[in-house]
Amino acid sequence: MTRAALAALLSHWARNKLQLAMLLAGLALATALWSGVQALNAEARSAYATAEALLSEGATARLDHPSGQIAQESFGALRRAGWLVSPVLEARVTLGDARVTLIGIEPLTAPPGAGPALAAEDLAAFFSGRGFAHPQTLREIRDVPREIRPSEAVPVGTVLVDIGQAQAILQSDHLTSLTLAQTQPEGLRPLETLVPELRLLSPGEGAELAGLTDSFHLNLTAFGLLAFAVGLFIVHSAVGLAFEQRRAMFRTLRALGLPLRTLTACLATELLLMALVAGAAGLVLGYALAALLMPDVALTLRGLYGAPVPGALQFNPLWALAGLGMALGGTALAGAQALWRLWHLPPLAPAQPRAWAHASARGMRVQSALAGALALLAIILAVYGTGLLAGFLLLAATLLAAALAVPLVLTTVLRLAERAARGPLAEWFWADSRQNLPRLSLALMALMLALAANIGVGTMVASFRATFIDWLDLRLVAEVNVIPRSQDEARALEAFLAPRADAVLPMLRVEAQLSGQPAQIYAMKDHATFRDNWPLIDPVPQVWDRLAAAEGVLVNEQLYRRSGLRAGDELDLPQIGPMPVLGAYPDYGNPLAQAVITLPRFSEIWPEAPIRQLAIRTEDAPTLIAALQDEFGLSAAQITDQAQAKEISLAIFERTFVITRALNLLTLSVAALALFAALVTLAGMRLAQLAPLWALGLTPRQLAGLELTRALVMGGLTMLLALPVGLVLAQVLLAVINVQAFGWRLPLQVFPGDWARLGLWAALAVLAAASLPALRLWRQGPAQLLRVFAHER
Amino acid sequence: MTALALETVTKSFPSVEGRVEVLRGVSLDIARGSAHALTGESGSGKSTLLHIAAGLEQADSGRVLVGQSDLTTLDEAGRAALRRGHVGLIFQQFNLIPSLSVAANLGFQARLAGKHDADFIIHLAQRLGVADLLSRYPEQLSGGQQQRVAIGRCLAARPALVLADEPTGNLDEETGDRVLDLMLELTAETGAALLLVTHSSRLAARCEARHHLRAGRMEGTE
Repeated sequence: MTRAALAALLSHWARNKLQLAMLLAGLALATALWSGVQALNAEARSAYATAEALLSEGATARLDHPSGQIAQESFGALRRAGWLVSPVLEARVTLGDARVTLIGIEPLTAPPGAGPALAAEDLAAFFSGRGFAHPQTLREIRDVPREIRPSEAVPVGTVLVDIGQAQAILQSDHLTSLTLAQTQPEGLRPLETLVPELRLLSPGEGAELAGLTDSFHLNLTAFGLLAFAVGLFIVHSAVGLAFEQRRAMFRTLRALGLPLRTLTACLATELLLMALVAGAAGLVLGYALAALLMPDVALTLRGLYGAPVPGALQFNPLWALAGLGMALGGTALAGAQALWRLWHLPPLAPAQPRAWAHASARGMRVQSALAGALALLAIILAVYGTGLLAGFLLLAATLLAAALAVPLVLTTVLRLAERAARGPLAEWFWADSRQNLPRLSLALMALMLALAANIGVGTMVASFRATFIDWLDLRLVAEVNVIPRSQDEARALEAFLAPRADAVLPMLRVEAQLSGQPAQIYAMKDHATFRDNWPLIDPVPQVWDRLAAAEGVLVNEQLYRRSGLRAGDELDLPQIGPMPVLGAYPDYGNPLAQAVITLPRFSEIWPEAPIRQLAIRTEDAPTLIAALQDEFGLSAAQITDQAQAKEISLAIFERTFVITRALNLLTLSVAALALFAALVTLAGMRLAQLAPLWALGLTPRQLAGLELTRALVMGGLTMLLALPVGLVLAQVLLAVINVQAFGWRLPLQVFPGDWARLGLWAALAVLAAASLPALRLWRQGPAQLLRVFAHER
Repeated sequence: MTALALETVTKSFPSVEGRVEVLRGVSLDIARGSAHALTGESGSGKSTLLHIAAGLEQADSGRVLVGQSDLTTLDEAGRAALRRGHVGLIFQQFNLIPSLSVAANLGFQARLAGKHDADFIIHLAQRLGVADLLSRYPEQLSGGQQQRVAIGRCLAARPALVLADEPTGNLDEETGDRVLDLMLELTAETGAALLLVTHSSRLAARCEARHHLRAGRMEGTE
């Protein structure tokens, strides 16, 4: 009995292959987008874990110096006093064709970790110069100047060598940190008295890569979830329509003696089969999507956070299982309502379209109430919410409220249009559109979500871009930037440049904790370059004079907003004490807190801090660059001109949003597919409603034209609805999410040209979705329409 | 004056066993103001004949005249225009437009044809006994009420020819009789010709002329 019933139910799909394809495609795409994003996140997180495991940073305490350099003597003093410490030297260097992070370790004293384990394979070779790097890094270096072996245990962009070798490469006898063994002998002199200049970092502290990149991954996850939700709308819509189409079959099967329990079980089995097939296809697609986006994600993470993420994707069975689970769960969620309805459907329930619409009217009331409640929640979150999670909840509540309100708003608009309509066809057009709205509403809700997300994210990115470019123009005013290889070279460069350049602005910084956040303190030379160009937020009067007089500190926007600082507030600086905040400056793309004090005061406190970069003002950059290359043999990686710097910054910016744009486009495609699926499914059911009009004297061509117009009108109304929702979304992203996730707030700028373009795309998507059913109606009209009358007997 | 004339009309359809001839040279002539019944067994070609007369389907050969217009020479748009202005169709399943109220359904075809006459529609609604139901929707009506609205919709456009396909097939005998009475009265009142397709010889007997189709041929006319 069950087999016969299942066969009868599945026969529906054999006759409606396109509908089946749409349902499977919807679920597969939803799974693909979700699992693709998860694959990207998993890959990045696994890379962070590799980086942390190299020196067991998560498990060992460390000592460092605010200047970033520890003298060899401090290490010696600790060892002599009996402390079990191991030296680490870490610096950015140019090796072959790539800029890499060089890490030098002392394998015999280093706490157990992936790095020491690699060295221990052949200690003699390691001591005599053998290094280790990720295979991808080796490819990037290309001409390897020494023996470097490939190893997956080393993070991308890092080269691991013996500390002696690292000091030789860097021409430095300093160290950057000292790792402490987990167990130390008893009765040792305290660190505070032995090495008071050093700072003790507890295990995991200072290795905040995962923390810093959390916002980025949360953004990705939110997009994945949005795309998945849009995909589920398709499945929900397709399943619901298929159930309605087969209502007569359900009646017959039940009349023939099939128990309701068996019928429901058969339909649940059908859904399970579909979820498995589509979920598997979605995983393949998701993997392909992730592999496609991985290089951009890796570059973004490296560019924004310096996170060593490889550009290639590994297959992880756990990820596949989770993706399949999501597909199954999503299908269960999407099909639950249909199964519940079936369970409560009287065996001989009428299948009249208006009856269906009336049944939906109650649903719509519930939906409207839910939309109102979510809107209220959004308002509460907007007023009282704090933190990134509250920001995302605000986003979700806003989007869901707007999506749920779509049928209500459209019904009202269609009713008003019906009242204003003159002529029988116009009246029918609006009345019929309203009647069919329940069947299309899910697809329209999905379309609204996708369009609103596009408008919101598009506006946010465009606003950000416009602000960022203006900001770059002001920030990158130095014509040439040079990264010295050592402090001797830095001093030599300064001496060489003094008579040749208009100004030489050294960049010095120390690592610090400000307001409990990992931060950097920078030195700023009092110069017109900064006075004339740096945009400031809420500056105090005579801000530059006061900064030059060491009367206060400038902070970056991230620190300013995250710590709730105001101009005039005091900020506690290590080794300096409290200083008044003179203003804030935008600092896009930097995850860390930052403070700027004047150069003389900085040098007074941290005389050992190395010069990391020299910004050079000159009117003849090419000649100066050529002179620097001749005199110092500087490599291309060490010297950048203004145009290059802007190009690099813009490229990082563009890459940051490549993934966002790709997911946006895919979400819109999924929504178009949802509409197509709904329209194709509806087309067959619409015949009974359209045939009488044909009999009353309308041609199939007219009917097809009306169907196409209807789809466009619905799409257009949805786009109009999406516009304010998208702008609210953009405002939430700019004023709440960005502030919480990155620490900067941007002004909302509107780009009507972008909306027009999106509107055109949406119209094309709707047209594409509606064309096939309309074309079918036009081309095969009479034969199919006559069947409506022939089926009467 | 002739309202509908079919001259040796043939029609066949493709099937898995080759072409099936449904009408084999059928001729028929119906004058304005007269009521004709068309009977026959299932599959005898009654509905096909009705569809061809309405221009819903095209004959393979022969001529189909509605008034002075030869349907066989008209394209789809021409046939649709003729249907809109001159032919009224009544179906077994009523085929009212579910999204429109009774009032809007009643006036729909007349407005499409540009022949809307509000007084006449009110008169029809009263005669058909649906004047109190104008604000309702089709699903809120009984089968008999729906069919009366369908008749009103058809006659409101003042067609010269009314084609009714088993109009009482979905109604009980008593309701069916009442609906047929109204249909006969009102077509006579408006001067329209009526071709009634029915299985029932009892209903057919109420028409002035009766034609019987058997296997696609006109077997006899009384």
